[in-house]
Amino acid sequence: MLRTIRIALGAIAFGAFTLAHAAPERAVAIGLQAAITSIDPHYHNLSPNNSMLLHIFEPLIMRDPNQKLVPALATSWKAIDDLTWEFKLRKNVKWHDGSPFTAEDVVFTLKRVPDVPNSPSSFATFTKPIVDVKVVDPHTIVFKTASPHVLLPSDLASVLIVSRANGEKATTADYNSGKAAIGTGPYKFGEYVQNQHVILKANYGYWGGEQPWDKVTFKIISNPAARVAALLSRDVQMIETVPTSDIARFSQDANFTLADKVSNRVIYVHLWQWSDKSPPYVTTKDGKPLDKNPFKDARVRKALSMAINRDAIAERIMEKKAVPAAQLLADSFYGTSRKLKPAKYDPEGAKKLLAEAGYPNGFAMTIHGTNNRYINDDKIAQTLAQFYTRIGIDTKVETMPAGVYFSKATNGEYGYMLLGWGTESGEQGSSLRSLLATRDPAKGMGVNNRGRYSNPAMDEQLSKALVTMDDKKREGLIQLAAETAMNDTALIPIHFEVSTWGCAKGYRYTPRTDQYTLAMDLKPAK
Amino acid sequence: MLAYAIRRLGQSFFVLVVMSFLVFLGVFAIGNPIELLVNPQADEAERLRATVALGLDKPILEQYAIFLGHAAKGDLGRSFVFNVPAIQLILEKLPATIELALAAMVISVGLGIPLGLIAGLKPHSLVGRSIMALSIVGFSLPTFWVGLVLIMLFSVHLGWLPSNGRGETVMLLGIPVSFLTWDGLMHLAMPALNLALFKLSLLVRLTRAGTREAVLQDYVKFARAKGLGPGRVIGVHVLKNILVPIVTVIGLELGSLIGFAIVTESIFAWPGSGKLLIDSINLLDRPVIVAYLMVIVVLFIAINFAVDVLYSMLDPRVRLGSSSAAH
Repeated sequence: MLRTIRIALGAIAFGAFTLAHAAPERAVAIGLQAAITSIDPHYHNLSPNNSMLLHIFEPLIMRDPNQKLVPALATSWKAIDDLTWEFKLRKNVKWHDGSPFTAEDVVFTLKRVPDVPNSPSSFATFTKPIVDVKVVDPHTIVFKTASPHVLLPSDLASVLIVSRANGEKATTADYNSGKAAIGTGPYKFGEYVQNQHVILKANYGYWGGEQPWDKVTFKIISNPAARVAALLSRDVQMIETVPTSDIARFSQDANFTLADKVSNRVIYVHLWQWSDKSPPYVTTKDGKPLDKNPFKDARVRKALSMAINRDAIAERIMEKKAVPAAQLLADSFYGTSRKLKPAKYDPEGAKKLLAEAGYPNGFAMTIHGTNNRYINDDKIAQTLAQFYTRIGIDTKVETMPAGVYFSKATNGEYGYMLLGWGTESGEQGSSLRSLLATRDPAKGMGVNNRGRYSNPAMDEQLSKALVTMDDKKREGLIQLAAETAMNDTALIPIHFEVSTWGCAKGYRYTPRTDQYTLAMDLKPAK
Repeated sequence: MLAYAIRRLGQSFFVLVVMSFLVFLGVFAIGNPIELLVNPQADEAERLRATVALGLDKPILEQYAIFLGHAAKGDLGRSFVFNVPAIQLILEKLPATIELALAAMVISVGLGIPLGLIAGLKPHSLVGRSIMALSIVGFSLPTFWVGLVLIMLFSVHLGWLPSNGRGETVMLLGIPVSFLTWDGLMHLAMPALNLALFKLSLLVRLTRAGTREAVLQDYVKFARAKGLGPGRVIGVHVLKNILVPIVTVIGLELGSLIGFAIVTESIFAWPGSGKLLIDSINLLDRPVIVAYLMVIVVLFIAINFAVDVLYSMLDPRVRLGSSSAAH
């Protein structure tokens, strides 16, 4: 018996040995934070999915690590008039099954996007503006919109193209099993196990050139400590979202390198301005409702912003992995204004402003926020409370899981709401529109305006920007709208999260602003 | 016996229905899943579409009625997040959890009962005292911390064992198991030990207490006086008589090992159903939460039933179905 086992083991070892010599496989494993819910690129508009599926599928236009638009399956695009866009498609692109990529695949994709059964969050928002599609030739396609839609290229950067031949009868399950997961991207589908891992194989025929890895394994390791342990023990060569508490350890260890970049996510505060009544959880110091809504007074909003020591939060709470914010996106992004600077920490000035507004003795309020959504979210809430207590506002803190918090915040049940927002398009106009425009859901304005801030002057500047086709002019209008809103303290920006990736020695990652973790950006270090 | 089984089944069915209703209401009260599912960048029309697509536009009681109707046909609903039948998702993950729980149980029973016997037979010796001291350590250290220490020691410093995931699996009777491959065993070792530690200490203390009580009993003294060897005295007279409470505890603990191995699973990224439950609660994926808890209730019922049967085999005085077995 023992002999047989020994022989068998010997045979296995020999087999492994010969295999290893036949093909020195360049493999890499990456630890991810959140589960991938589907391989169907049109099923669930969720950051971890969108990031993962960029390996297999490609959009017409891609976003580079700084979220600038760059050609992908389309080589060029232009607006012919206010309602017509012409896209030139890349030639000699092959699907993973060898068939050629043509305009028909784009037509099919646009048809499939709004039509995926049971989709919990579809991509229809991005394709809806297109009312008509015309195929001029296999590599030229023309889109018509009902009204001028300047964001069309940016919208299409979120839509991954699938092949008509493989997608025609395919269900979400067919994509998950790999049967229909035929893309044009640098990696092919290998294996997908929900909540466990995704394995990708290199696409050697990729139009964009050779990739550094033959095989990439993405492991889902949600627990931060476990993710760190996996990197320390080299079970994976890279992890995303290094916990702030471990940053010091990695930066001192020569066996690891950290890559970080300011992200498109801002942590901010919405103040309840639904009516002139006293906001929820905002009272006098002895617990009675206020006679009016203090958050409707720009002086109070400004005082609440000046009371925050943003540098201290970035330095101590975030271990320097945050950048104090003055608007909704960091300076490098489209539509941001250089004139806006983070509010200076000035508790005395804040007290004076409160007194001017009629609250010389402050008031009482409760900060509501999440405790499992953003980096150190509950610690930030605690720190804010301390700052407010210093200027005479009695502040309590209540944090809870995102699943509980968001429904209530959306229903206007909280007065002081700590939130986060990632601008996936990378341009400030869309954020202003969603977070601060006067709420009008039918027009797509103020969809996430949980504070119900309303400023007609800013609305007008923003609406003008949305129909201005000229890029430079539009940027000017968006900057103007941002200045109007932020000088009025429409919301209180706190900081931009810095995303951090940890690599083992010998690997180098090019960090991205959109917090995506892409094997294409991971290279062996020389 | 048959009447007993039928009555048990009726009670269990009632528990299932009540529990599904409570979970339904509970998840509804927590919050609106649409807030977490729909991408924040989406517009209002998209929110409405998703609400309707997932059936969340209907009143809660109507949703529950629809759920019951489908459940009667064996369909517990589809996961909001993964768009696959909830029960399929759970059954895919459950074998990994059961394997982990059984491995942990084998470790705790295999070590716990012998160690407990030694400690109980020689309570004042150095060995007996050391065992008790160690069991206190096993009791008081949090699983979370022990798991991380194990990883730091065996994966990071010594590099002997992998820190996360489940190793290579092979099919055994149509179920993927990992304990039959070397890679699988390496991956299984640490999480199983981590999960076993608490139960191990529990079994040591339970066995020791039972043993100390039993050795003073007349029948043990009598057996010794008859001149029986120590092996037979301990194996038959002591062990068999202290097994009833131990089997009860093992049964209950096995259920909780399977149902709530969540902490260990998340530290070792073990792809089991506990991790699925936590993820589903965080995303308010109601169909999976409801289906998972129903599966766990069924499991508890089955294990307790098996325990009752075992009692009657261990202790001839226990008769199933009669009023004396009111359990």
